[in-house]
Amino acid sequence: MKVVGLIIALLAGSLLVYATADFPPLGDPNSPASVHVSPRYIEKTMEETDVPNIVTSVLADYRGYDTMFETTVIFCAGVACFLLLRVYRREEPQERLYRHVLTGVTIHVKAGKLPPSPDFERIDSAWTPHDLIIKTICRLLIPFIQLFALYVIAHGHHSPGGGFQGGVMLGASVIVLAMSQDLRTAVRRLREKADALMCATGVFIYAGTGALCLLLGSNFLDYSALAPVLHVDPIMARSHGIFMVEVGVGVAVMGVMIWIYNNVSSMGKYDEGL
Amino acid sequence: MLWQLDLAVLTLVVVVGIGSIMVKDLLGAAIMFGAYSFLMCLLWSIMGAVDVAFTEASVGAGVSTVFFVAAVFRTTRRTKD
Repeated sequence: MKVVGLIIALLAGSLLVYATADFPPLGDPNSPASVHVSPRYIEKTMEETDVPNIVTSVLADYRGYDTMFETTVIFCAGVACFLLLRVYRREEPQERLYRHVLTGVTIHVKAGKLPPSPDFERIDSAWTPHDLIIKTICRLLIPFIQLFALYVIAHGHHSPGGGFQGGVMLGASVIVLAMSQDLRTAVRRLREKADALMCATGVFIYAGTGALCLLLGSNFLDYSALAPVLHVDPIMARSHGIFMVEVGVGVAVMGVMIWIYNNVSSMGKYDEGL
Repeated sequence: MLWQLDLAVLTLVVVVGIGSIMVKDLLGAAIMFGAYSFLMCLLWSIMGAVDVAFTEASVGAGVSTVFFVAAVFRTTRRTKD
């Protein structure tokens, strides 16, 4: 079976390599894409949308419909992960581990739990040593990660970046919290319901922006229709429309990343994480 | 761009790609896959596709590696084949 798989993989690979010979060379000015498609965007983007980063304008404006369903795909990935993994059956863990904060002594509690007190904190049963350096450094870094993520979302018009990257980084900052402290701390900060709602809200913001254009008497996702609402000229309205859409993407992606991480790392129990 | 740099990165991509499917330890495979993503990110930025490189770095090398490690942590570290 392994040999058959290897042969299939080699065949498919050589077919792909053979097919690439038909491609125009990288950066060939006479290839169809460079003759018909690219010049249109390179020449018109700035005057039509007022966005210097052509990639962003193509992604969120000219091909906005495409990106909307990319966001939906990510949302579906989160929902699928949730439906597959989440278990609501409350089953008591065999034992809970607590750490005495002052002395660092670990105690095992079989069947039941300690009453909440400032002297003891619960730790995961996959026991890892208490590490003050990692916890403190992550605490210090998280605000800067989030600030940079917001910059990436908001500055996607001018520099590389946008909703997807910024959203992933926002999600990663919460994942870092969950990894350095524990999952319960992160979930206490961002509840499961709020997280799920956030995923849906992101997609809703995107589709809602498109629908708003439709209501204002233009095509779906044609942001220039937003001009009277935003009190700017139609060109600037397209730039602002792109920003609204990017915020939607960022919110959705952030929610989904945290959702998937929580479900995978705790086997759907939301109790003990990585 | 320097063709030597191109060649070095491309060779590493192939080596890490083969390594990530050959290695028996799934945690090692996850980390090799992260390295693969990071090298692809380098390759994208060499080709001038900075947006794609950024996405690859954040999604491929960052979050998906964490997901793989979480999945390995909750299942098994050894592969059957």
